[in-house]
Formats: sequence, structure tokens, C-alpha cells
Amino acid sequence: MDILITGLILGGTYALIALGLNLQYGVSRIMNLANGEMLVIGAFAAFTLFTVGQVSPLLTIFLVAPLAYVLNWLVYRIMLRPLVKRAKNRGMLEVDAILTTFGLSFVMVGIMIWAFGGDYFSYSYLARPITVFGDNYGLNRVVAFICAAVLCAGLFLWLNVSRAGMAIRAVAVSPENARLVGIDVPKLSARAFALGGAVTAVGGAVISTFLTLDASTGVMFTMKALIIVIMGGVGDVRGTILAALVLGVGETFVASVIDPGLTLVAAYALFILILLFRPQGFFGKKPT
Amino acid sequence: MKRRTFFKVTTTLAATLVAGAAFAQDNIIVGAVAPKTGPLAGGAAVTHWPNIQLWVEEVNERGGLNVGGEQRMLEVIEYDDQTNPAETIKAVQRLAQQDNADIILAPYSTGLNIAAAPIFDRLGFPQITSSAATDQIGDLSGQFNDMFFLLGRSTDLAEDAVEVLTDLREAGEIGNRVAMVNVADAFGIELMAVAKPAVEAAGFELVYETSYPLGTQDLSPIMKAVKGADPDAFVAWSYPPDTFGLTEQAMIEELDVKAFYTAVATAFPAFAGRFGAAAEGVMGIGGVNTASPEFMDYAARHEAATGAKPDYWASGMMYASLQILEEAIETTGTLDMAEVTQFIKDNAFETVMGTIDFDEQNSNTAYWTVGQWQGGEFKGIKETGRDGAVEPILKSGWE
Amino acid sequence: MKRADWQNLGWGAALLVVAALLPLTGDGYLISLGVSIAMYTVLATSWALFSGPTHYISLATAAFFGIGTYVMGSGIEYINYWLLLPIAGLIGGVIAALVGLATLRLSGVYFVIFTLGLAEMTRQAVTWYQNQTGHKGTYVLTELTDPHIYWQLLALAALVFLLGWAIGRSKLGFALRIIGDDEDVARHVGINTALSKVALFVVSGATAAIVGAMIAPRYIYIEPATAFTPMLSFQVVIMALLGGTGRLWGPLVGVIPFTLLWEAISSSFLNQTTLLLGLSFLAIVYLLPGGFVGLYDRLRGRAKKRSAMA
Repeated sequence: MDILITGLILGGTYALIALGLNLQYGVSRIMNLANGEMLVIGAFAAFTLFTVGQVSPLLTIFLVAPLAYVLNWLVYRIMLRPLVKRAKNRGMLEVDAILTTFGLSFVMVGIMIWAFGGDYFSYSYLARPITVFGDNYGLNRVVAFICAAVLCAGLFLWLNVSRAGMAIRAVAVSPENARLVGIDVPKLSARAFALGGAVTAVGGAVISTFLTLDASTGVMFTMKALIIVIMGGVGDVRGTILAALVLGVGETFVASVIDPGLTLVAAYALFILILLFRPQGFFGKKPT
Repeated sequence: MKRRTFFKVTTTLAATLVAGAAFAQDNIIVGAVAPKTGPLAGGAAVTHWPNIQLWVEEVNERGGLNVGGEQRMLEVIEYDDQTNPAETIKAVQRLAQQDNADIILAPYSTGLNIAAAPIFDRLGFPQITSSAATDQIGDLSGQFNDMFFLLGRSTDLAEDAVEVLTDLREAGEIGNRVAMVNVADAFGIELMAVAKPAVEAAGFELVYETSYPLGTQDLSPIMKAVKGADPDAFVAWSYPPDTFGLTEQAMIEELDVKAFYTAVATAFPAFAGRFGAAAEGVMGIGGVNTASPEFMDYAARHEAATGAKPDYWASGMMYASLQILEEAIETTGTLDMAEVTQFIKDNAFETVMGTIDFDEQNSNTAYWTVGQWQGGEFKGIKETGRDGAVEPILKSGWE
Repeated sequence: MKRADWQNLGWGAALLVVAALLPLTGDGYLISLGVSIAMYTVLATSWALFSGPTHYISLATAAFFGIGTYVMGSGIEYINYWLLLPIAGLIGGVIAALVGLATLRLSGVYFVIFTLGLAEMTRQAVTWYQNQTGHKGTYVLTELTDPHIYWQLLALAALVFLLGWAIGRSKLGFALRIIGDDEDVARHVGINTALSKVALFVVSGATAAIVGAMIAPRYIYIEPATAFTPMLSFQVVIMALLGGTGRLWGPLVGVIPFTLLWEAISSSFLNQTTLLLGLSFLAIVYLLPGGFVGLYDRLRGRAKKRSAMA
């Protein structure tokens, strides 16, 4: 029980890290290697506002989300759109996207170091125990889990119920066919990319309440996010959430029962197994 | 058009590669290489870079270094090695041969310092390391004669922590049960390898021990297991992010131990900044004599110049390494590095950390090993020959 | 062999001789730059041997490099250095074969992420093993200096180029080109696609492991974090793509300007290195699609058109 709850809470954290990338990669077809940096920027905003003005990180996200949305929209329009236009096929876009976003991640790290220095930023927020079923958990982690749940549910509903959401899903499944039924693919891709960035930045603000970060830690999160997105299936929110939770529970299980030293090995082994046996992700259909 | 841009880029390249040699001869060129990005950037930003800034500002305010009767200003050239040893080596070489650096400061961390040792040795620069803790001091200084060690041997750092626990037990303050964890990375592994037999030899019962990978995001399973083992003392050979993470989890689990020890970064001002009053009684690696006027004065100047407090361990050592270099150059009156190195070997130096006198292995034998947060300061409680150690206090809760 | 082949071979040999003279300058900085260039040339060229024709982007370079480094680190006390190099290659090759057999049926992006995961997993496993054995730092103390390492890397580079050239002329090379164009067609005409891909993956894995083993004496102190740094995988990919993977010499013309640019930026703009690197990187992507090979082909195409018009 204890393992399950701890694992689910960690899974919630992972969902916050990976959801945004799923939108960006699944819909806009951009494998965004600068995703982790966006997360760190979100975390940094929360840290700054908290230390300077005692603003709760939970309020900061309402400021971070629209700003990150605009920023990512601009990034997509200015930097990535020309690549999409130029690419003759998906493979070429993938190569270009990897190169561009890799460069972009450098730029973002560079700006952060230049503006704020390379120091760790950490603060204490809601670092209080909360008792669930007789066991103690960090209140900040529980709050992050709730945020993740709200975000996931909201995103899932929006994608399945609203018109725009359906269109986005259509693009994720097949951009060519989406175009045929009159969906403005470029516009939606830009929006999905921007939305993904906003979700990531919000995730960063939330997890900064319990993780210690510095300007160059972004790449760690990018890798974790990539793994989760691939495990869950590209362009599939359900899959990402499930993969995040599976990974969270799996890691916690290994840490508690086998050996904490093997958690990351176990995570990658799990990932590799899933890749080998279900390369299309949890809910993906077998490619024909 | 495209071709022209390309040519322009290549010609600028060629020009910058050659231009290095054209610096003014009046200034003393100080070369510095350490991480600004990569996994160790966070630590270097606290301990390494601010001290260089402080030292150069102070020396230049005085009108520069006195080299053989001539006042010469300092001019720093900084490189980011991205926490990559190959880049460190290349940067040192570039500093020596392209930038014609007169002095090259030792890099940051154990691994990068050892990687850079052969190149310092070949170029003949003294390498006064202030952030390298290793047990290979004898071997290294035997092979690389110009390498100096300020921070001490890892064996002492680990054994002294165990000794503090033993003393507390002998005094009847804590029980016999110890839980010990380590981060699975070079430094953590090395310290654990020393501490584990030491704990057992001291007659403690090791009720829980484990390791966790660097970059573990959730340490709560570990802290839950620690609490389940019901220890009297907790020791973690940890690195910066997990030092914070473990402490926070201990608060959340309401881990009730009388002695709580975490390693690297416990001495960072950010630790008290984050945990406030809850930091009281937390023990950690390092420490200083916070009551010494030299250190107090240094800390004040550090804060005034860089806007941040120094940490209570390696910061002072880093500054001391610069003081040693400064004194050696001014007294010998030369920038001839062989002479400067010999002077460092032969003499004792007064620094912000007290007197430093290297032994025949180029090692500083008197250093702080264990410190503890007491009344908002991280005070040294255990040393290998320093004055001003205070008595350890018991950890009483997390409020 | 045709005359043009002999000519190419002659040019290659001449370039090699010129490159081998570099340490005679005695300029340590130039030599250390040369080591970087030689190292990345070997890594990027062998990477492109596999990824060029198959279009698989492998991020496993760091995994094999790290394995090689650790083979050297753990063996140097017991086994002769020169024996350890082929051993490292062998171990790297065997692991590459296993990984290749298991994963090369994955397509595109899954392979990318898989190889990234592989590097991280190997690193974690090595760390865990070290921890279990209460291991204290791995030291590789040898008499080898930069010029030695440089010459070794250069010899390896020559070997890789020869191999690439031989593969290009062989049946395997032909098969790979067809696979690259259309895997289904390749399968239909009776090419064993899996085996061909695995063969090349083994080459690039073994090469990276040998490079890792050769570089180890330069690091002296080996840590998992530095031996398995993911940055290495990315840098290799980027340099190779900057040069272009369409031709054997493509990665080489990517490695040289990239290394020099990197040097120039980090030496002239001391505090904004990361930022400027990122910016110049973006500039490369936008101004040089298809890498230098692409540029070269376009210029040649234009010249041909012009001469055809005239």
C-alpha cells in the first residue's frame, strides 16, 4: 500500500514532466530536446517569485502558463515552422528538429546562466508531513500529484470532448488525413506545441517545490520525458499517464523491495522491454 | 551569399585562434577553468567561481600583485569545462599556450583535478587543489610533484564522522543503531567504503544500509526504510541535490534520530536558507571555525563582493589556495612557476582558514572534517589539527 | 580498381601523412585540439557508416565509448595496453551485436530513444556494480601522452576510412543503399536486411569502444558520469550531420569546423559560451541543410546546370 501510494505520487511527478513533450512530439512532430529547459524555466520562475515575493508556486503557475504558451508559440512559428515546411518527409523533420532543439536547449541554458548564474535553487514549500492510511507523505508531493491529476484529467477531457481537442487528436493520428477534412494543420501544430510548452513549464513550477535544480539540469528531465512518452505511445495522453504511473510504481517497488541502487537500471530495463514487445506504446495499435 | 558567410566565419576563426598571443604584457594573466554547465556547475557556482571574483577584485583594488617590485594588475580568463575532463585538459593547454597565462588556478572537483594533473605537471604550474578529496594523495603527489591538496583525505572525512558518533555514544547520548546510505557516485562510494568498516569496528549495529543512483528523484522509499529500521543515528554520503532531498524526506517522515549527518552541500548557506530552524543540529562534511576573526572578515568580504555567503567548507579553502599563490608570488617576486612551487612546498601560510603547511606529500594535514548547524552557523566540530572546534549538540526534532 | 580509386587512395594517404606530422610542431595546444578532432572524426565517421545508409540515428555512442573506457580502466593493471584495445573492440562489438539483433527491427524514433536509454542503463549498471564492490575510483596511470594518443586515433581513423571505402564497394554496401532507399524492396530482392544492419552497427559499436579505451589514459581518473556522458552521443550526431552522411568524407568536414568553432567561441566569449554555441548551432541548421555534403552537392549541381546551359 505504502509502495503503491509513494509510487503513484512519483508517477504524478513523471506525468507532469512528460505530458507537455507528448503534445509537442505527438501532435507537432517535434522531438523537443529543449523540453527540460522549459521545465527548469518554469521552476525558476516559481523559485524567484517565492523567494522574492513569497508568492505561492501554486499561484505562479497561472502566470507561468500563459507566458510559456506565448513563448513556445513564438518558438514554433519562428524557428520550427520553416523546418516543417522544408522537410520532405518525417525522417528529415526528425533530424532537423533534433538539431534545432538541441541548439535551442544550449541557448536556453546559456541565457539562464548569464541572467541568474549556475547556482542551485531550492526552497522549502509545504515540506510538511501529511498522513494517508497511516503513513507519512510530503505535502508538496501530494499537492504535485493533485496538480498532475487535475492537469491530466483536464487535458484528457479537452482532447476528447472539445472541437479543438478532437482536431488536435486527428493531427496526431494522421496529419495528411486531417488536412483532407479541412483542419488547419500548421495552426493546430503551433497551438499544440505552445500548449505542450505551457504544460511543461507548469510542471516545472510544481516540482520545484520538492526538487533541487540548477540551470543545467534540464537534460535529465528531457531524457525521462522522452522515455515516458515513448513507453506510453506517441501522441496518446492516456498512454503517457499510464507509463508515468507504471514507471513511478516500478521504481518505488524496486527501491523499497530490491535495492535503491537499481532503480534507474530497472526503469531503463522496463523501458527497453516495452520497446521490444510493444514498440507502439501501451495503447497504440500494431502498425500494419 | 552562403559561401561568403562561410568564408567569413572561417577567417574569423583563424584570426581568433591566432590572436590569443596578443595580450598586454603588463597584466598578470590568471587562467581559470571549472564547470559553468554540466552536473557540477551548481557546486562550482557556490564554492569556486565567487572566490576567484573576490580575490581578483581585492588584489586589483590594492593596485595589483607586487612582482619583484613592480605592481601588476590581474586579468582573468575563464573557461567552462562543462564538467568534462577532456575539456578541462584542453582548456588548461589553451590557457598556457594560447593565452600565455602566467598563473593557472586548479580546476574544480576531485575528478577534474586528477584529470588535469598531468597537464599541470607537464606545463610546470602548481596545482593547489581546494575541492579534491581523495585517498590517493601519496600516489598523485608522487607522480605529479606540483599538485597540492588542501581539502584532505577522504578516509579522515569519513572516519571522523564515525568518531563523532562514537563519542556521542560513549557519553551515553545516543544508542547503538546506525542507518547509513550513500549516493552511488565516486565520492559517495569511496566514503561509504571507508565508513562502513569504521562503523562496524566501533561496535555500532548497522541497521540499514543502501545506495541510490545520482539523480534519484524520489528518496522517500529510502527514508521510509530508514525510519522502519529505527536507528539512533543517520549518516548519508550524499551529493548536493540528494542532501536536500534526504533532509526534506527526514522531516516528512519525522525521522527521530539524535544524530543526523548528510555530506556535500550541508555546509552550503542554501541549506540553512531552505530548512531554516530545522537545520539546527544537522551534521555534515566540512565545517570551519566560525568564531575566527579571519573567517568572519572573509565571509563579510565575500558577501559584499559577490552578493552571496561563502559555504562553510571548501569556499574558505578555495580562497586560501589563492592566498597561498599570492603570497608565494609576492615573496619570491617572480612569476617563475618552478620557484613559486618550491616556495609553496617550503613554507607555511597564514590564510582565512588558519595556518597551512604542506607535508612531504604536498598535503595540508590540518583541516575540518565534520561540522554542524548550530544557531544558524555551520560550525566545525571535528578536525585534524585546527583550533576552535565546538562541542556537538544533539538533534532534537525538525521544528 | 579504377584509376580514380587509386587517386582517391593516394590523396587519403597523403592527407594522413600530413596529419601525422602535427605533433612535430611541439605545440601542446594544437596537439590536444588534434586529439579532439581525431577522436570525433573516428566516432562520427563510424557512426555515419551505420546511420548514413540506414537512416537510424544512434545515440549509443556514449554507451560503447564508456564500455571501452571501463575495459581499459579495469584491465590496465593486469593486461597489456595493446591487448586491451582489441579486447575493448571485441566487447563493444559483441554488445552491439546483441543490441542490434534485439532492436534493429524497431523503426526510426524508437531506435533513437532506445539507444539513449542503453547508454544510461549501462552507466547505471556500472555504477551499481562499483558500489557493490566498494570500489574506489578507477585510475589509468600510463606513460602515454597526447601525441601517442593522437597517432593511435589517427591510425584508427585510417582503418575506419579504409573499411568504409571497402564496404562502399562491396555487396554489403550495395545492399545497405537499397535498404536505405526502401527496406521492403530490399527484403523482396532477397537481402538479409537485419544482418546487414547489425553488421554495420557492430562496426560502429566496436570502433567507439576502441576510441573509449584509447582516450582513457588521457582522463586518468574515470567516473561513470564522464565516461558515459550523453553529450558525447549528441555531439557525434551533430558533427556527422553537419558534415553530411551521404559521403564517406562528410563527417570529417563536419568535425573540423565544428571543433574549431567550438574552440573559437569558448576562447573568445568567455561567459556566454553556451549561449553562443547554441546560436551558432541554430545558424548551421538553418543555413546549411544537408550539411556540407549537401552544400557541395548543390554547388556542383548548379555548376553542372550552368555548364549544361552554356
